[in-house]
Amino acid sequence: MELDLPLIWGLLIATAVMLYVLLDGMDLGIGILTGFAKSDDERNLMTATIEPVWDGNETWLILGGGGLFAAFPLAYAILMPAFYLPVLLMLAALIFRGVAFEFRHKAVRRPTKLFWNGAFFYGSLTAALAQGLILGGFIQGVTVEGRSFAGGALDWLTPFSVLVAVSVAIGYVLLGACWLVLKTEGEVQRRARNRGKIALVGVAVCFAAVSLATLSIDPRVTERWGFSMTEIEFGKLLPLSPIPLIGLVLTALVWRDLTGKVSAPDWRPYVLSAGIFLSGYLGLAVSLFPNIVPFEVDIWQAAARDNALMLMFVGAAVMLPVILIYTGYVYSLFWGKVDPDEAYHD
Amino acid sequence: MELDALILSRLQFAFVIAFHIIFPAFTIGLAAFLAVCEGLWLWTKRDVFKRLYLHWIKIFALAFAMGVVSGVVMSYQFGTNWSVFADKTGSVIGPLLGYEVLTAFFLEATFLGVMLFGWKRVGNKLHFIATCAVAIGTTISAFWILSANSWMQTPAGFAIDAETGNFYATNFWDVVFNPSFPSRYVHMMLAAFITTAAVILAAGAWQVVRHHEEEPTRWQMRMAVGTLAVLMPLQIWAGHWSGEVAHEYQPAKVAAIEGWWETSEIQPTILFGIPDEENERNIAEIAIPGTSPYLFPNAEGELKGLDAFAEEDRPPVFIVFWAFRIMVGAGMVMLALGIWGCVLWWRKRIDKPGLFHLLAIPGGALGFVAVITGWVVAEVGRQPFTVYGQLRTEDSLAPVSTGQVATSLIIFMVVYAIIFTAGTIYMARIATRGFQDDAPEPPEREHRAPGTPLGAVDDPAETGPHGRKPAE
Repeated sequence: MELDLPLIWGLLIATAVMLYVLLDGMDLGIGILTGFAKSDDERNLMTATIEPVWDGNETWLILGGGGLFAAFPLAYAILMPAFYLPVLLMLAALIFRGVAFEFRHKAVRRPTKLFWNGAFFYGSLTAALAQGLILGGFIQGVTVEGRSFAGGALDWLTPFSVLVAVSVAIGYVLLGACWLVLKTEGEVQRRARNRGKIALVGVAVCFAAVSLATLSIDPRVTERWGFSMTEIEFGKLLPLSPIPLIGLVLTALVWRDLTGKVSAPDWRPYVLSAGIFLSGYLGLAVSLFPNIVPFEVDIWQAAARDNALMLMFVGAAVMLPVILIYTGYVYSLFWGKVDPDEAYHD
Repeated sequence: MELDALILSRLQFAFVIAFHIIFPAFTIGLAAFLAVCEGLWLWTKRDVFKRLYLHWIKIFALAFAMGVVSGVVMSYQFGTNWSVFADKTGSVIGPLLGYEVLTAFFLEATFLGVMLFGWKRVGNKLHFIATCAVAIGTTISAFWILSANSWMQTPAGFAIDAETGNFYATNFWDVVFNPSFPSRYVHMMLAAFITTAAVILAAGAWQVVRHHEEEPTRWQMRMAVGTLAVLMPLQIWAGHWSGEVAHEYQPAKVAAIEGWWETSEIQPTILFGIPDEENERNIAEIAIPGTSPYLFPNAEGELKGLDAFAEEDRPPVFIVFWAFRIMVGAGMVMLALGIWGCVLWWRKRIDKPGLFHLLAIPGGALGFVAVITGWVVAEVGRQPFTVYGQLRTEDSLAPVSTGQVATSLIIFMVVYAIIFTAGTIYMARIATRGFQDDAPEPPEREHRAPGTPLGAVDDPAETGPHGRKPAE
């Protein structure tokens, strides 16, 4: 049997990006939430919940970028110049927030401390928004001529991409708030629940808006879902309808958990929120598959040579399970409520 | 020279990679040093090694964070600015970078969390394993990235698709172990260890000069001078090995390094000179004639000068020529510091402040100088190609506008200036202030069972010894 390596790699990279969103998205969300912390203690506790793991989380972004280069060089070569400015914005923001993890503890003078706290908040926010702009620009498609990007420098900037950017940032805040519910107690946890509720409302509105807007982006997407504002084809829509419906049900469940009316284990809001993201992600995959540069290049056209894909497939088949095992081990090592006295700094 | 997207993209790549390499060069060596310290502590149970470990891990955390964030930038540069290169070479070097992420980046990043924050969660042995995992991760990472870069210098095991013009691998073993890879990998690893040793020596020397040295200071000084004295001669050998490989595969680079304009059976060693590319000669040249049979004993036939290459196939001579001499000079000074330090150690004077210590303090920067100028030799010497002899730099550029690249270059310069300044200040403060903060364990900790915490490994960097502000 012949392995469809481009398909396998498409799935692998999609998984890497999904893991990035769930893990580093949570990090970035907490970064945004630190802007609303009531005190330095609260802010330190928030960052302490992610300090041991943020670096590993961000590595999924390198796997996403590096993997795209390795497995789909043509897609990488078209998409990166297309999103030159938002990628730059994301990188600059990630630099600031990455070093701020360490630097904000090294500064004791007030202005420098404020500067690095600010770098952490604005860096996280900007990185989230930039990722949303890239995603929005990606969904709406890019102009291609021959083997390269042929559009303008600001093609990615549209009302749609701005909507997606806001949605991504709010979604990350939801993940971050739910992570804080899992990792903290008392007053900090209570506030995390409240912020989580606000973010959840935002997510519900934004995800719905993005979904509807995506349906009108390209006739091929409308065709696939059999759904537009004026026409419904039940034969196409019904088999796909569980994806958005599950997202809706999960939203309701997260709401119930966050309001605290039922006694939910603290891990549940995060896991259920991850489910909301997953449903949105699957919906997107259905809309765009098999394009890797919507709506110009598919995964088979963009794929690297089979021998390169095969070599990497062997590596990934061996290494990804190992990576997941030790990542899981490190998460379990730091499992439980974060102890304020254990925070590495102070 | 017109500042177009090509030259700006080249400047940007040079800038972001030169900035990035500072941190891996330091953390590769520091991770190994930390693993040695923790291993010695577990083995000998001597407190001094634990204090060394807890001291240097703070600096490691800072340097590693800066290495990670500047490294993320690198994984996107190929696409944003060199997309044609990415499209053409993806099927050859893509897997190498993929393997770097899979085998090294996750290992480093994940176990760094345990290394920094796991004191209270894991036993001493497991913590030591985490340190080793990070150290091994840095080594594996260097393996893959040096392999990919070496393939760009001495491409092997590939063919070119007639239809798309894209490279593809015919033999991945030959791609990974391309001709220049072994020597360049050894050269870079030694450079990393030497760079770190010079920094550790400088920090120790500072403490000696300021009269607040302690037992760990004395150990780190001895470890550093010993490392320099042993590794620098090896490095000269590795550098020469690398030069011989370049002589065989990249003669134009060697001609630029040496400042040879004319092809000849026997070439001189040029100590000083100002390459004049227009008139194809060196101004104010000081040379030792007739040295090439001794320096390149394996070379057969004549030694190519720059006249053997068409003008459009030559690397920029001035930069390569001088970067090489600065690198060698920095290396020689570090060799001298290592030998001098060992002599002082032998004569039991290494702990008393003296001229050696005053010179060793600025000497801490020499490793970085040598690493950056060495990479300039390698990369500028590869010009005008991205894949040597196969793909020209001007044909590798992404379809980006001058305005976009100018914007990004300015942003990178501002951002890096800020974080470099802050990071260097914070690291220097920790490195120079000494070990007082970690010295006595609080009593309650001493009663804990083995395998429990070593205590928080951090505190604010802006207070010096005994809580006073550090001497600036």
